[in-house]
Amino acid sequence: MAAVIRLVNRSPLSSAMGQQYLALSSTAKVQAAGVRAGQALPEKVKIVEVGPRDGLQNEKTIVPTETKIHLIDMLSVSGLPVIEATSFVSPKWVPQMADQVEVMKGISRKPGVSYPVLTPNLKGFQAAVKAGASEVAIFGAASELFSKKNINCSVDESLQRFDEVMKAAKEAGVPVRGYVSCVLGCPYEGKVAPEKVAHVAKRLYSMGCYEISLGDTIGVGTPGSMSEMLEAVSREVPVNALAVHCHDTYGQALANILVALQMGISVVDSSVAGLGGCPYAQGASGNVATEDVVYMLHGLGIQTGVDLSKLMDAGAFICRSLNRKTNSKVSQATCKL
Amino acid sequence: MGNVPTTVKHCLSYEQLIQDYPWLRRWLLQEKTITGHPEFVKIVEVGPRDGLQNEKEIVPTGVKIQLIDMLSGTGLHVIEATSFVSSKWVPQMADHTEVLRGIQRAPHVQYPVLTPNLQGFQDAVAAGATEVAVFGSASETFSKKNINCSIDESMLRFEEVINTAKEQQIPVRGYVSCALGCPHEGPIEPSKVAEVAKKLYEMGCYEISLGDTIGVGTPGSMFKMLQCVMKEVPVDALAVHCHDTYGQALPNILTALQMGVCVVDSAVAGLGGCPYAQGSSGNVSTEDVLYMLHGMGIETGVNLAKVVEAGDFICNALCRKTNSKVAQARGRTL
Repeated sequence: MAAVIRLVNRSPLSSAMGQQYLALSSTAKVQAAGVRAGQALPEKVKIVEVGPRDGLQNEKTIVPTETKIHLIDMLSVSGLPVIEATSFVSPKWVPQMADQVEVMKGISRKPGVSYPVLTPNLKGFQAAVKAGASEVAIFGAASELFSKKNINCSVDESLQRFDEVMKAAKEAGVPVRGYVSCVLGCPYEGKVAPEKVAHVAKRLYSMGCYEISLGDTIGVGTPGSMSEMLEAVSREVPVNALAVHCHDTYGQALANILVALQMGISVVDSSVAGLGGCPYAQGASGNVATEDVVYMLHGLGIQTGVDLSKLMDAGAFICRSLNRKTNSKVSQATCKL
Repeated sequence: MGNVPTTVKHCLSYEQLIQDYPWLRRWLLQEKTITGHPEFVKIVEVGPRDGLQNEKEIVPTGVKIQLIDMLSGTGLHVIEATSFVSSKWVPQMADHTEVLRGIQRAPHVQYPVLTPNLQGFQDAVAAGATEVAVFGSASETFSKKNINCSIDESMLRFEEVINTAKEQQIPVRGYVSCALGCPHEGPIEPSKVAEVAKKLYEMGCYEISLGDTIGVGTPGSMFKMLQCVMKEVPVDALAVHCHDTYGQALPNILTALQMGVCVVDSAVAGLGGCPYAQGSSGNVSTEDVLYMLHGMGIETGVNLAKVVEAGDFICNALCRKTNSKVAQARGRTL
């Protein structure tokens, strides 16, 4: 109201003058993000399904190879365009992904669907290509401490390792997706500067990654920090090469995804049944559930190509196999476990 | 520059300003949407009433009182304390009088109670109520099945309550249920929601809370509904009451904030399931809403840690896990 009283003190005020004051006083308050409820959203959103890799990787129960293959096959017929199938890391570090080769060779690939796999280094890349991979992904972190604790080297050193992978991938004509983790917060460092995220994203993009997925690894982000971070990153990387990978640990994922859509993002990572807990918050949830994301997108009139019912069937299947409840609220509400 | 003289300030009421400068309302509304959200949001805590009403376990009176007292110490401005409905229909609220008399009212905190009819209103006032609420529906079928009368008939009942409340200067809050969908009728026309909201507002309700009773709404339907309602009721008299049954509550609330709504209903620990989707969640949890609002730089006056403690307490008493993801992440599950 103080602002209103200041305006009225200057009389007489016409509508035109009012508009000038609108421009003057609002400029200071206008956030560059300028998110509005009525803003045009993308017509289509590509869902990148990470359940079989990121999801299962964070589940305690080791899942039999046939179950993984069946899950991927069920997801393939649900209309998902991208399904992250497995990870070519050493089974010493990630026992869940030890059957990487059998999974790659065992799945029934649907035409038009991509099955990227994680490749942390050149050796992993070579093994992946040998097993039939036609797209790979590499992981950088926006936090130095997280990088050291997670893969035992600094951010710059990790990017150098990936240089080798990028070269080999270019020669083999294999597209590479880049991930940046801890974009909205780090379990060790706490707050992460948006400029740091932009720096790492730009590096990965310049190295040749066709898409950069920005991951809120511990789910601490909110629409406030998401818009701040995306503003910084979209100055360095074109928005149509960006994706968001939100964790729902603090229940913020869908709100964060909505803000990202309002800022022009049209690629969203999610995990069927919300598979995968959070290793940094015991008992808490991790990945956002694909079913809940699709429900929101379809409610917004956004096309995804995904059949929600078939997706829920896949979620019900894997939850039965894991003997656990789904993390998807849509599935719970429609009694699909 | 310079301050407005005191005399001028006293002469200038908000209504006067809007009358003299019609563009001002639009400017103020626009300012909210340009910055993306309001600077302050009032949380209406409905856990002790809407939350507990939908819990299977009957909660002892002492526990209800302690819950409300804990919530009173968190900074919340409004705590819906109980409901003066017949205990035949809602056994959980049978101890309404003892609860209202037993709580320690914090200064500057409101403790509204539900009053479905004149009898309920009179009982509420006798028990010390200083604010009440009435419940309308945007769905005819829901109205008939829930309170056994049509929407129009229910409005007549509420008119009695509102008129009597006016005489006693007791503010009345209006609720519109099924604002984004009905378990019986399916999708609900935004114009119907606007019609009911307008009726309640014109009868004298100071605030209208628009409820997504079965949680089926998405930012898409929330936007369309609010656009319609805002043509009939000023946005600063609107609140949203989102259920998280399909996980959509927070993005729906965000959409409402972006449209200028600055009052949000929620329930500590996400108390209260959904009677229309067995085993599903109902109310959005206050902790998760606060986390989002504070993360956006929005003031609420509420201490999140203290709400988590209150949530802890009631979940222990109910022998159940919290529905709040924030509380779970902070290691506060059973």
